[in-house]
Amino acid sequence: MGMTITEKILAAHAGLDTVEPGQLINARVDMALGNDITAPLAIQEFKKLGLKKVFDPEKVVLVPDHFTPAKDIKSAEQAKILRDFAREQGLTNYFEIGRMGIEHCLLPEAGLVGPGDLVIGADSHTCTYGALGAFATGVGSTDLAAAMATGELWFKVPETILFRYHGRLQPWVGGKDLILFTIGQIGVDGARYMAMEFTGEAISELSMDGRFTMANMAIEAGGKNGIFPVDEKTIDYLRGRLQRDYRIYQSDPDARYAREIDIDAGKIEPQVALPHLPENARSVKEIGEIKIDQVVIGSCTNGRMEDLRVAAHILKGQKVHPEVRLIIIPGTQKIYADALAEGLIATFIAAGAAVSTPTCGPCLGGHMGILARGERAVATTNRNFVGRMGHPESEVYLAGPAVAAASAVKGRIAAPEEVIK
Amino acid sequence: MIIQGKCHTFGNDIDTDAIIPARYLNTSDPGELARHCMEDADPTFAGRVKTGEIIVAGKNFGCGSSREHAPVAIKAAGVAAVIAASFARIFYRNAINIGLPIFESPAAAAGIEAGDEVKIDAEKGEIVNLTKGETYPVAPFPPFMQELIAAGGLMSYVAGRVKVNV
Repeated sequence: MGMTITEKILAAHAGLDTVEPGQLINARVDMALGNDITAPLAIQEFKKLGLKKVFDPEKVVLVPDHFTPAKDIKSAEQAKILRDFAREQGLTNYFEIGRMGIEHCLLPEAGLVGPGDLVIGADSHTCTYGALGAFATGVGSTDLAAAMATGELWFKVPETILFRYHGRLQPWVGGKDLILFTIGQIGVDGARYMAMEFTGEAISELSMDGRFTMANMAIEAGGKNGIFPVDEKTIDYLRGRLQRDYRIYQSDPDARYAREIDIDAGKIEPQVALPHLPENARSVKEIGEIKIDQVVIGSCTNGRMEDLRVAAHILKGQKVHPEVRLIIIPGTQKIYADALAEGLIATFIAAGAAVSTPTCGPCLGGHMGILARGERAVATTNRNFVGRMGHPESEVYLAGPAVAAASAVKGRIAAPEEVIK
Repeated sequence: MIIQGKCHTFGNDIDTDAIIPARYLNTSDPGELARHCMEDADPTFAGRVKTGEIIVAGKNFGCGSSREHAPVAIKAAGVAAVIAASFARIFYRNAINIGLPIFESPAAAAGIEAGDEVKIDAEKGEIVNLTKGETYPVAPFPPFMQELIAAGGLMSYVAGRVKVNV
């Protein structure tokens, strides 16, 4: 019996020739990540063990990105726990404000993740790195503490769902639309405990930024990880970033899948997920008249260069609707600098948008754009749960950057074609 | 392990933002988190729940973020156990790791109503609804998980393994 990419990576890290779904294994971890919300708890648990050093100071990554630049005194104290621990442990991969990014935009860009790696992070969107052909999954703070101490963690080998995306994508359709459509098909627990393997000719055509977006939202279908086969685009992306050897795994032709799902990607229109679950995905054309108060373009889901380029393309020469606040958050300092050099930031500011330093901020209702009671936002983020972006009676509509930018101009949820003919 | 208490019921897909909204995550103090437990699902819950009571929910309980603050808030609010038709996987790991008893039982999740008194018998693998006189089966934990639970959570288990490296 053959194995999937996910099974092969897990087997290799557990020192086993083969593994099968359901098997519990102890596996070596290549990188362990924490942020300013999850790492303080992990550091507290780590210290209780009485250990002096983490298993490898180059393989523990700490990124203060959620409530930073610190939004209040308590947040500042939390971030300081990371900073102090990073200094005391001599961590080489601690990223300070001004030199950082949203963790899941930052780690691939900084060349910290490669194909075949096993990465755990105390953040549910750690699954983003599956775009590089790595096994990456979100865990809690105690799991992070255990991994920081031992360099190992237990895993249940997941079953895999194979997705094949056929056809050519329509204009304005990107990774966000594919993944929202997919979650709409299988539901928010449709891949619970499972690996989601994304393949097909539409995936081969998809950019790396689009793949990061898709892998990022595997968790919104309950997935343990999302994973893509490595191809020329992956290798191009890694060139100049990853400064070490890596191993490319491919699923065997006779690998076992729990389900195989074929999707005609050519028929997918730009998507919007209505409140309050990401599975409430519809074509933007079926939404009707929904007035909005705020638009957020950014996050670990859609804060990358391609996302900003799409938004700028639509906003060029346009004005943000008088009753809308548009907040744009580049995912990393490098993306910010590149967008500045390309003139995108000037386009945003000319259109009447606020541009922020990288932060998770509004996505989780932290800061930098909290919603008041009754307000509605279109966001390129990943969750539209009750109260996610602010008041429990506010609403979040999830979309890709094209729909988000068009909606900011129109003051209501709008298709890109309504702004650019 | 026998847990007996009155039940509070919730629906499907209760996410971690509903269990503990991110606006309270600028601290990891269990007592402070407990005061906002389940706030965006039921703002009256934290004020009503009594020590030893039980949360019962539908499918995919704890979906969303990896915040361990979610099971910490539930445990610190005095909740003795969570029964659900199914759990999201990170919440499941986190609950085991911090020692919050959780039980997966679609039958119990469907049968139990708010206010019912239930008795969970982990060894026997059953939940008895004392109010309605019904019994529901519970899936047992795999042996490795039982080992983790018996050790007192993940860190106690890890402590036993890392001593040699100190």
